[in-house]
Amino acid sequence: MTTASREERLEETVYRPLLHTSRAWYAWMAVLVVLMGVGFVAYYEQLQRGLAVTGMRDTVVWGLYISNFVFFSGVSMSGTFISAILRITGAEWRRPITRLAEITTVSALLMCGLMPIVDMGRPDRVANILLYGRLESPLLWDILAISTYLTASVIYLFLFIIPDSALLRDKFAGKVSGLRHRVYSLVSLGWQGLPEQHRHLERGAGIMMLIIIPIGVTVHSVVSWIFGMTYRAGWASTIFAPYFAVGALYSGTAMLITLMIIFRKVYHLEEYLTEKHFRYLSYLLVVFGIGYLYFTFAEYLTIGYKLASEDKLLLESLLLGKYSPLVWGGFFFGQILPIIWAAFRRTRTIPLMLIGSILVNIGMWIKRFIIVVPTLSLPLLPYDWGVYTPSWVEIAVTVASFGGFALTLTLFTKLFPIIPVWEMKEGWEQEKAKQSAPSAGLAAGPTTLTPQTGGARNG
Amino acid sequence: MDSDTSDPNQSGEAGKISRRRLLALIGVAGAAAVAAPLVPSMMGKSTGTASGEAGKKAGGVLRQWTLVIDLRKCEGCVTQDKPPACTEACNTEHFVPAGQQWLRVMNVKSEAGHTYYLPRPCMQCENPPCVKVCPVGATYRTEEGVTLINHERCIGCRMCMAACPYGARSFNWNQPQNPPGATFAKYSPEFPVPHRQGTVEKCMLCAHRTADGKLPACAEKCPMKAIYLGDLTEDIATNGTDIVKLSTFLGENSAYRLKEELGTRPRVWYIPGHGQEYGHHVGDERATQNPRSWQELGATLDKTHEGGK
Ligand code: SF4
Ligand code: SF4
Ligand code: SF4
Repeated sequence: MTTASREERLEETVYRPLLHTSRAWYAWMAVLVVLMGVGFVAYYEQLQRGLAVTGMRDTVVWGLYISNFVFFSGVSMSGTFISAILRITGAEWRRPITRLAEITTVSALLMCGLMPIVDMGRPDRVANILLYGRLESPLLWDILAISTYLTASVIYLFLFIIPDSALLRDKFAGKVSGLRHRVYSLVSLGWQGLPEQHRHLERGAGIMMLIIIPIGVTVHSVVSWIFGMTYRAGWASTIFAPYFAVGALYSGTAMLITLMIIFRKVYHLEEYLTEKHFRYLSYLLVVFGIGYLYFTFAEYLTIGYKLASEDKLLLESLLLGKYSPLVWGGFFFGQILPIIWAAFRRTRTIPLMLIGSILVNIGMWIKRFIIVVPTLSLPLLPYDWGVYTPSWVEIAVTVASFGGFALTLTLFTKLFPIIPVWEMKEGWEQEKAKQSAPSAGLAAGPTTLTPQTGGARNG
Repeated sequence: MDSDTSDPNQSGEAGKISRRRLLALIGVAGAAAVAAPLVPSMMGKSTGTASGEAGKKAGGVLRQWTLVIDLRKCEGCVTQDKPPACTEACNTEHFVPAGQQWLRVMNVKSEAGHTYYLPRPCMQCENPPCVKVCPVGATYRTEEGVTLINHERCIGCRMCMAACPYGARSFNWNQPQNPPGATFAKYSPEFPVPHRQGTVEKCMLCAHRTADGKLPACAEKCPMKAIYLGDLTEDIATNGTDIVKLSTFLGENSAYRLKEELGTRPRVWYIPGHGQEYGHHVGDERATQNPRSWQELGATLDKTHEGGK
């Protein structure tokens, strides 16, 4: 196999979804549009009749919306964050997955940012946050952190799209609609691949990578502080920030694995997303998963040991009471099982990893719900317990938010290649240069990627 | 927050009458020897100026309001076989939206096995978690130590409800019913009518009444006189019949506050008891009756508010 053919094959595979639209794609879009449509109807109902149409009431003041908010912020963490870490450490295997990771972050953050607005009693007063924002409020920290992370992630995603866009501009001239061509020219910012331009891009990217890592950490820390800054049992915890951050890495990595498996299948990327990528991401998943187990253990042990009166009520309801099926189910299927699957080679097969990574995210969503709702339903004074059953409106909006997440991803991959073509080529070139220099002829093939579908054990 | 007291309506005839009535009440109490010179100034705009600021800082003193609830006298209105009068007074005074109780009388069964009643208004915390977390400053604390909500600014995020350790806040999940004419009532955080959908509500220590020299509605209407309005600045409290020296009253009766360990420094004090002064027995487990809404009680804007302030 020659390098030229390898590059041609890459372009052929990666550009196919940009040029050809299958019927299945339209069907999928139709499903997403319907889901979002139902969500819009539900939200319209809520705008008309107030939050009374939700299951939330004066004791349980937050429900699905805030759970989704925390969930999506978690999913968003891994993408750009992991991509930045892999780039900084020069991990070669990152090349085919960074773009997917970055767009996952952006799509998740869009949904994450929408949720608090959907949850607001007075969405018409959103501007008050700008007019009267008080830095003392954890909510304001969230707004600042999330909007910063979103801006930074979009810039970061954009930087690495510039050269690809230039390739598309040149390649697709005449093949796509004029409008789309204009988008490519616009995004490519006059990129010609000059050394000067490469230097600028690397400078900009280098800065973005460095700042994105701390921003990613702040996002999840401040999300946890919405809870951690209150006096409530189960929330008033000093380890909430790192606890949430590790949970976010865990759920974000799982989301990346799920999406990689799906896109690999749908866009036939078997040659580029190889066993090696899944193995490395599995290692990350295991590490984050064990970290999360450790935090969970530390959190519950310290409150369970003391059994302060409200903590006791909370723990009983979580571990033995009403919420115990969710807690134990989420724990076993969302934390134990997928970690075991990911840890052993025998179970680290694509189908099991797909199920496992989806289970992780179901488990993590449940975990968010478990953090939000039971604590709020605790009686603060000799009251009754709060009860919360989500209404159809909340469920519809939740489903629509997942639809929106999928829609953003789908549309994006229709416009830009999901694998960064120029970065792949750059990798190959560097590799070639390395090989042709001192020890030419030692190894015949490339060491990182073997064109082989599935099961490739190399690197 | 000073727009309320500069409202011309307040300096009208009605305000004066009610003040006179209160002073008369205090006279009846016969405790004038203790604090006679202080009481009139505490209870109203003794300087006689119509200006709001002077009313607020009558005699140059800034009030620091507090409530004392004497649980020895509170029997949840069960011996009267009526719903709690304080809650109902609050409901009619503010047209409290359906389903909310700004002052909730809870039935408590202690671990020792005795039952008592615990009226819970907003604690007007000195270190209020609700104020800290509000992203837009819609919840704030006045100079007099009262926590208020600006319903024209609140975005309905409910962060304050999550933060309040006393569950003192309610939310308008839909558009609450307002009394006829409320649309034209002059809204102020001190008298939050009309009520608005998507905003948070709670007891505001009857800020519109204390500014007028009146007791809070709950204190005035409590048939057992269990609720005292106090002023920390002048160290005095009254339930409309008795006048007491606040610190002594609290100290001698082992007063406590709810969840003191949190450091929120509530300004509502409780004197332990179980309604014994009105013959409520510790083993009497009768629960309080459901308070009626302002609609059921037939409250109207003119009757309660002398011109719709
Ligand atoms: S009791 Fe609750 S609402 Fe009232 S001041 Fe304290 S924290 Fe705020
Ligand atoms: S619900 Fe209103 S008062 Fe409460 S924190 Fe949010 S904006 Fe502030
Ligand atoms: S002080 Fe006023 S607002 Fe507060 S509970 Fe009493 S009547 Fe209601």
